[in-house]
Amino acid sequence: MKVHEYQAKKILSSFGVPVHDGITADNAQEASAVFTQLNVPVAVVKAQVYAGGRGKGGGVKLVKSAQEAYDVTLKMMSKPLVTPQTGPEGIPVKKVFVCPAVDIEKEYYLGIVMDRGAESILLIASTEGGVDIESVAKNTPEKILKETIDIRFGLQAFQARRVALQLGFSGEEVETVSQILVHTAQAYISSDCLMVEINPFAKTRDGKFLALDAKIAFDPVAMFRHPEYHDMKEATELSEAEQRAHKSKLSYISLDGNIGCMVNGAGLAMATMDIIKYAGGNPANFLDVGGGASQEQVTEAFKIILSDARVKGILVNIFGGIVHCDLVAKGILGAVEEIGIQIPLVVRLEGTNVEMGKSLLEKSQWNILTASTMKEAAEKIVAATSGK
Amino acid sequence: MSILVNKETRLVCQGLGKAGMFHCSKCVEYGTHFVGAVKPGQEGKSFSFPNSQLSFPYFNTVESAVKKFGANTSIIFVPAPSAADAIMEAVDAGISLVICITEGIPILDMIRVKAFMKGKKSCLIGPNCPGIITPGQAKIGIMPAYIHKPGSIGVISRSGTLTYETVWQLTELGFGQSTCIGIGGDQIIGSTFVDILKRFQQDDETKGVVMIGEIGGDMELQAAKYIREHFTKPVVSFIAGQTAPAGKRMGHAGAIIQQGEETASYKMEFLKSHGVHVVVSPAEIGKTMQKALQQS
Repeated sequence: MKVHEYQAKKILSSFGVPVHDGITADNAQEASAVFTQLNVPVAVVKAQVYAGGRGKGGGVKLVKSAQEAYDVTLKMMSKPLVTPQTGPEGIPVKKVFVCPAVDIEKEYYLGIVMDRGAESILLIASTEGGVDIESVAKNTPEKILKETIDIRFGLQAFQARRVALQLGFSGEEVETVSQILVHTAQAYISSDCLMVEINPFAKTRDGKFLALDAKIAFDPVAMFRHPEYHDMKEATELSEAEQRAHKSKLSYISLDGNIGCMVNGAGLAMATMDIIKYAGGNPANFLDVGGGASQEQVTEAFKIILSDARVKGILVNIFGGIVHCDLVAKGILGAVEEIGIQIPLVVRLEGTNVEMGKSLLEKSQWNILTASTMKEAAEKIVAATSGK
Repeated sequence: MSILVNKETRLVCQGLGKAGMFHCSKCVEYGTHFVGAVKPGQEGKSFSFPNSQLSFPYFNTVESAVKKFGANTSIIFVPAPSAADAIMEAVDAGISLVICITEGIPILDMIRVKAFMKGKKSCLIGPNCPGIITPGQAKIGIMPAYIHKPGSIGVISRSGTLTYETVWQLTELGFGQSTCIGIGGDQIIGSTFVDILKRFQQDDETKGVVMIGEIGGDMELQAAKYIREHFTKPVVSFIAGQTAPAGKRMGHAGAIIQQGEETASYKMEFLKSHGVHVVVSPAEIGKTMQKALQQS
């Protein structure tokens, strides 16, 4: 779960990290009023979207008047923002963050990430701020500083000082910067983050340190212990189908093919997509109904797939261990009877009560093809949908 | 022979809720030596599974199950918010094999668990896994028992139902299994492919191994290096997620491509170059193992 820049800054600020703050605006009129309220000669208008590289895509603009703040915001919100990280379709801008412009002396990079291989968390810092950190890591790896954080103790002061010194700070700056590092690590651990990124972390001409930009990604499964962040999740982040799936505790991801899939278990769902491709087709989605899906979940899953107009055929692949095949068959029939189906449907059932399940499907008035193996199922659905 | 679980296994359950009740009853039906379940404050009382005459005791702590009944293995169904605590309790009590079925444990909790386990002897399988079965001897998990049969193929997988699919293909072709292990779909898990391969290498009964990987992480790459250097038995591997887009979490918390080396194609090439029999279609796993055994 990602949050917007203004939200990330609010969280970091609550842990004592100094941030470059501002005021949000939901439309051009508000942006213009915010500019007046800030009472500064120059401000920066920043599009609030869940993607990096905003500057390159025109999502960050300097403005010198309320009128300019109005015009810039209107333009930003008029079409989806395309950045190097969004893909060509871009992301619609619904909110901007208006901050007073600051005079920057130098930009740095600070980040905390999960180190999957080391099963630990890692502080990353660099003197090369404001740019894509992955290219820094690739081209000049010597400019990347790393410090492993022991989760039981948090980032220790001596570790933070070591990083501050390596970044080239001296005098009182060492203490100031190491405090900020310790607070950032506290925010990461206390808030169950997967990623915190302050890029750039800036030193201003008047000697202050500020998080100029901030990104936070939370561990979605840890949100049960953070009710304080629940209202930060904006529904707009998910597509309509994904929202529906989420409500029914189904795992659904839309893809660009035309064969809808419904499978139990994430690994088998991926393997089913793979075998469709292998048979010459293209999967329209990933959909995992879970290892122990209920009849209602199966029905809802079916409806979600059918709500996608691009879907020209459906493949159901269930290996019933916990879930019984006859229940799956009833779930499918329930959905089909409720909404009807005009496209080919191939069902492969294996496992507990497989014969009962198959016979329910074969006896139904609907034209449902059955298959015994994954391969047969994939070939049948590809044949039934090819040319459409 | 087998690895990790066998007739010596003495199983205790942590988190005997609806799912725990159902699956433990199936483990008992399979013949697993089950000693009881942990339910704090209920020691002295007992419980029975539906449709069964057998009665089992409750324990206040895992430690009590170890001391009184020699429990050496634990299966955890405790809900995610408290599952890390349950794992640490089992480890602290000296349980040698801890199998955590629970899905959705926060990542930072698992990092804490791994730090806690350093220097201790327990082996953790999972979380977010189907468990372990040594066909004909003991089942500790949620897999359907009837698809398995005793034999000499080891199965290791990050998935649940895809493991069942694989086992079914093997059984249909007449290949039984020595031990089948689901190591879990999360980012941070107790035992890796390499950890389990080391055990299969030591097990004389195991003649070949099927390894089911997926996108995300570098566990398959570590396994490839280990296999080339130390593993002497044929390994057949399928990597799920060849068609998965980058940056999306494909159901499993750990199944996400964040860099090039985490893609299925990279892993497949890497495994191939390290002497592993890699299959492109999941339907070919069983047949490929058949061929690999004939060659070796």
